[in-house]
Amino acid sequence: MGIVIVGGGPAAHRLVNALRRSGYGGRLTVLGAERHPAYHRPLLGSVLAGQLPPEALTLPPAEAELRTGTTVTSVDREHRTVHTGDGASHPYETLVLATGARPRWPRLGGPAPDGEPAAAPPVPVTVLRTLDDCRDLRAALGGPAAAPRSVAVVGAGVLGVETAMTLRESGHHVTLVHRAPHPMDRRLDATAGDLLAERLRQLGVRLLLGRTATGYGPGHLRLDGDERLPADHVVLCAGTVPRTGLARRAGLAVRTGVVVDGHLRTSDPRIHAIGDCAEQDDVVAGTVTTAWEQADTLAALLTGARPGTPARPPRSVLRLRTRAVELAVFGPPQPPAGGGPTETVTFQDRSGARYARLVLSGGRLRAGVLLGLPRAAAALAQLYDRDAPLPSDRLSLLLGVAPMTGEPADLPEDSLVCDCNNVSRAGLRQAWQDGARDLYALVAATRATTGCGGCADDVRAWCAQATAGTAARPGDAALCAPAVPSTLGGVK
Amino acid sequence: MTADQADTHCPYCALQCGTRLSRQDGAVRVEPSDFSVNRGGLCHKGWTAPALLDTPDRLRHPLLRGPDGRHTPVAWDTALDRVAERLRRIRAEHGPDAVAVFGGGGLTNEKAYLLGKFARIALGTSQIDYNGRFCMSSAAAAGNAAFGVDRGLPFPVTDLADADTVLLAGANVAETMPPLLRHLERASLIVIDPRRTRTAELAALHLQPAPGTDLALALGLLHVAVTEGWCDRSYVAARTSGFDEAWQRALGWWPERVERVTGVPAEDQRAAVRMLTEARRAYVLTGRGVEQHSKGADTAAAFINLALALGLPGRPGSGYGCLTGQGNGQGGREHGQKADQLPGYRSITDPAARTHVARVWGVDPAELPGPGRSAYRLLDALGRPDGPRALLVFGSNPVVSVPDAGRIGERLAALDLLVVADFVPSETARLADVVLPVSQWAEEEGTLTSLEGRVLRRRRLLDPPAGVRGDLAVIQGLATRLGQPAARFPTAPHEVFDELGRASGGGPADYSGISYERLDAGEALYWPCPARPADQAAHPGTPRLFLDRFAHPDGRARFAAVDHRDVAEPATADYPLTATTGRVLAHYQSGAQTRRVAELLAAVPEVYAEMHPDTAAAAGLADGQTAVVRSRRGRMRARVKVVHTMRPDTVFLPFHFPGAGRANLITNPALDPRSEMPEFKACAVRIGPEDSEG
Repeated sequence: MGIVIVGGGPAAHRLVNALRRSGYGGRLTVLGAERHPAYHRPLLGSVLAGQLPPEALTLPPAEAELRTGTTVTSVDREHRTVHTGDGASHPYETLVLATGARPRWPRLGGPAPDGEPAAAPPVPVTVLRTLDDCRDLRAALGGPAAAPRSVAVVGAGVLGVETAMTLRESGHHVTLVHRAPHPMDRRLDATAGDLLAERLRQLGVRLLLGRTATGYGPGHLRLDGDERLPADHVVLCAGTVPRTGLARRAGLAVRTGVVVDGHLRTSDPRIHAIGDCAEQDDVVAGTVTTAWEQADTLAALLTGARPGTPARPPRSVLRLRTRAVELAVFGPPQPPAGGGPTETVTFQDRSGARYARLVLSGGRLRAGVLLGLPRAAAALAQLYDRDAPLPSDRLSLLLGVAPMTGEPADLPEDSLVCDCNNVSRAGLRQAWQDGARDLYALVAATRATTGCGGCADDVRAWCAQATAGTAARPGDAALCAPAVPSTLGGVK
Repeated sequence: MTADQADTHCPYCALQCGTRLSRQDGAVRVEPSDFSVNRGGLCHKGWTAPALLDTPDRLRHPLLRGPDGRHTPVAWDTALDRVAERLRRIRAEHGPDAVAVFGGGGLTNEKAYLLGKFARIALGTSQIDYNGRFCMSSAAAAGNAAFGVDRGLPFPVTDLADADTVLLAGANVAETMPPLLRHLERASLIVIDPRRTRTAELAALHLQPAPGTDLALALGLLHVAVTEGWCDRSYVAARTSGFDEAWQRALGWWPERVERVTGVPAEDQRAAVRMLTEARRAYVLTGRGVEQHSKGADTAAAFINLALALGLPGRPGSGYGCLTGQGNGQGGREHGQKADQLPGYRSITDPAARTHVARVWGVDPAELPGPGRSAYRLLDALGRPDGPRALLVFGSNPVVSVPDAGRIGERLAALDLLVVADFVPSETARLADVVLPVSQWAEEEGTLTSLEGRVLRRRRLLDPPAGVRGDLAVIQGLATRLGQPAARFPTAPHEVFDELGRASGGGPADYSGISYERLDAGEALYWPCPARPADQAAHPGTPRLFLDRFAHPDGRARFAAVDHRDVAEPATADYPLTATTGRVLAHYQSGAQTRRVAELLAAVPEVYAEMHPDTAAAAGLADGQTAVVRSRRGRMRARVKVVHTMRPDTVFLPFHFPGAGRANLITNPALDPRSEMPEFKACAVRIGPEDSEG
C-alpha cells in the first residue's frame, strides 16, 4: 500500500523528498515511463549546448521504490490499484499523478494519431522534451567540431527562442518559423516582441514571422505559399500538452489538465495530481518551480504538516534562460480584471534595446515585461513574489541604481574623510587651525589614513588645497607632496 | 614589575594588530607597530584602547549582592569562599551538571584552557560553552568537514596582498577589521552583502542578496562554475571527493532561479564566477554575514564547494578562509571552552583524546564529563528543572550578545547563583550575585591565536589596579576551594601555556612545539607546531596548510552535499520586514568596552535602524525619529537612519547597545542543526513610531 506516484520526473522526485523530510515513513512507489531516473529537465538546454554531459542532470537518488521504463496502463479506482504495462499491479492508499506533459506535434504532412507522426517524415524531425531528445539532436547535428547544419525551428515560444539561440551559438544556421507577427506573442506585447526579434536577428537567427509550416519534404520544411525552406533538421517547439490519458480513462475530471482543487485533489479524493499534468484554477502552469511548489504543498497536506493549507496559485515569472537577451515576464499577458485601478509604468530605449512595461495596482506589480534591464528583472521578481510595493523611485528600480531622491549626501564639512578613524573635513580643518600644517602633522593630530589607508590620497589632496588656500610660503605645498609618513606605509 | 613599553596587540578583533604601548607622563600611549597584518595601521578602536585602562567605572573590588539587591564591595577571600560554598552545595544537591560555565572568545589561550580544565575536573561539569558559538561555529563545522581541520585562514593574511580577485561573502571588513584592507588593495573585490556597506562600496562587484539567501547564491555560483566549464576538473579529481553529490544539489540552482530567490541578477552571478576564474590568484572568504544563520554551516560549506570547484584551497596564492571575529576567536575554540571539545581541538567523545588529555591533567579518563549543551541551549536551560542552577561567566556579556535576549535575561534571573568575572560592570555583571574584578589586556601576559592561526604574545605594560586579580588566579582560587591541588591550576601564564602545549600535542591544533621563548625571540609560529625531540631542530610551524594534502585520512578535501532552505522565520503580513544585525566600526561586540571610550561613543552614541526611505515612509517614520522594532519575541527602540541603498525589505540594527536598544531583544534563536549557531542575521519584524500600538 502506501503512496504510489505515476511519473518519474522532477515533480515526483521533489514529492518523495518532501514527504521523507516531513517524516513520512510509509511505502513510496514511483512508476516512471522514461528509462532514466529523475533528471533535471530545466537544464536540457545546457545539454543541447554541450555545456553539460547528459549524466550531469541526474538528480540525487530519492528514498522510494523506483521503477523506470514502466508505463501505467490503467487505474482501478474501486480496488485502488494501478496496472502497468509489464503486467504488474500496485495497490495504493494515495495515488499521485505526476505524468507531466508531452510535446505537441503539429499536424504537418498528414494526421498524427495520438500525437505521434504516422510515418517517418522525409527529413529528420525532433521534439525537445526529454534527455534522449536532446542527446539525439546533439548527436544528429554533430559535436562542436562538426560542420554547421541548417536547422529549422518551428515555433517561437520560450523553448523555440531558447533553442534557436543555443543552436546558433553552437554555430548552426538556424531559421525560426513562427505563425504570429513576433516571437513569444502569448507573453509579449508587440514592442517587446519586435525588440526580441531584432535581437535574434542580430545573433544571426533567421526569422520567418507570420509564416506557417505545412509539411515536410526531402531536405526541406514546407511553408505556407508552398515555399520550401531547406533544412538538414527540423526541431518542433510547438508547446506541450498535459498527459491526461490515464486520468481520463480512469474517469477523473479533465479539462486541459487533470483538474485539481486547492488541496491538489482530483475528482477522486484519493488521487492527487501535481506538475505539468495538473490544472488548478483553470491554469496549467507548466513550469518546474510550480511543480516543486505543488510537490511541497502536497507533501505537507499528506503528512498533516500543514493540514488544510490550500495551495497558493503560483505567481508566474518567465525568465528567458539565455545570456544573449535579458527578458523577464511577470504574470499573465493581461493583468486580471477587477483588481482596482491600475497604473502603467513604461520605459523604452530602442537603440539600447531596453524596454519595460509594468502594470501596477496599489503600487504592486500585477503584470510586466522587461527587456534588457537585468537588475530590474532581479529586483522585480522578488517584489512580485512577495506582493511587496515597488520603490517609489521607479526609474532607479528599472535601471538598477541607487535612488537619486532624498537629501543630498552629508554636508561637505561633516562628511568623513577617514572612516576608520572618524575624521571629517571639519576635523582636518580644526587640526590645521591648531597648527598641523603638513601631512605628517595632520596624520599625527587626527589619525586620518592610519586605518585601512584608503583615504591617503584624499587627505593628501585636502592638505595640498589647504596649503594653497593659505597662500603662505610657496614651500608649504612641497611639505605635503613628499613621501608619506611611516604610518602610511603601503598605501597607494 | 612592569616595563616602560610593551610590544603587544590590540585588545579587540581577530586581526590582532600589532601595537607598542608606552607610558608617557603617567598616561598610556599606543602606537601601531609594523606587525605584518596591520603594517603600521590601526583603526579608531585600536588607537583609543588605552582609555579602557582607566575607565572611571572600572571594577576594583569583588562585589557581593546583598539581601537588598545592592552590590557591596567585599574582600577576595569572602567572595571566593561564598562562591565555592554555594557551588559545593548546588553540586551536592543537584549534581555536577547543575553548575555551568560560559566563556569568551576574547580570553587568552591560557585562560580558555584553564577554564575548560576547571569545568571538567574541578567542577566535573559537562555544561561549558562560550560566546564563540555565536561567532565561528558555522565556519568551523564546515571547515572541519571539508578540510579535516578548522583554521580560519589556512594561510598568512599577507598572502592576500598578491590576490587578483577576492570574494568576501558576508564580511564587512572595512568596518570590522579596517587594516585588513591594506592587503586587499591589489585585488578586485566581489562583496556579497544585503547592504551596501563600506566594504561593498570598494568592490568591483557587489552582489546584494535578500537576507538569508546566501546559500542559494553560493549554490548558484557553483552551478555557473560547472555549466560555464570553469570547474577545475583535474583538481577536483586529484584532490577532492564528493563532487557529484554536491553537484546534484547545485543542479537545481540555475542562475535565473537563484536570481528570483536572492534578487542577485543572473549576469552578476556569472560575472562573479568569471572574475574568480580568470584570476591567477583568488580567494573565497566568508564572514558572519553568511554564517550566522540556522543554515550557516551549510552556507559556509557551499562557499567552500565553490572554492573547491575552482581549485583554490591548498594552491599557493589562492584559497578559502573564514574571517574570525573575536580577538582570540581562533584559540578560544581550540582549547576546551567548547561543549564538545578538549584542548588541541580534540573531540571530547574520542576515547584516545580523552585518554591523552586525562593523562596530562593527572586524572582518570572516566572522570572527564562528556559533551554538554551548546551556548544558546545552555543559557536557555538555566534555572529550569533539568538545567544548571549556577553559572560562572568569564569574558562575555550574554545579556546583550545572545539572541532573544529578553528570554535569556529571565533565565539568568532564575539562577540560584550567577558569578561574573569582568573588568567593567557589564550589563551581565550588574545582574550577578558575585562580581569578580579581573585584569585586562595591558595588565597581563598571555597568548592569543589570530585569524591566520598564528600564536601571538600579549604582554604586560601595567600592573592591574589594587584589588584586581588575573583570571588564572581567580580560577585557581576557586579550584583550591573546591578541593583541587593548587599545582593543578597554575597562575603563571607561561606555565599554563606549557601545559596547554602538552595537552594539545598530537591534536589537530598542536601547540606543543611553541613556547614563550620562541615567540619572544620573534618567531612567527602558526599551528600545527608539534614538539620535536631535543636533538632535532624545532618545528617551524605551518603558515600554509593543505599545500600537499588536506587533513582527512585520505588527504582529500570533501565537497558537501548541501541544498538551500528558507530562513527559519520568513517575513509575513504581520512582520513584513527582515531585520539583520551587525557591527559598526566604532564598537566591538556587546559594546561593554567600546561604549566606555568617549571618542568611540561620540562617533556612534546610540543604536539606529537603517532602512530604505520608502520603508520608513510606509511605517510613518522619518530620519532621526525613534522607531520601535518588533518581532515575535520582543521589541526594541532605535533611531531611524534612512539609507537609500538599503533593500526595502531589510532593516539593519547594530547589536552593541544596551537596555531597550538591544538588537538581540528581537533576534531569532533558531539554531543551525550542525553548528548550533543562532539565526542572528534574519528575523521577521515590523516597525512603527514609538507610540504605535502592538
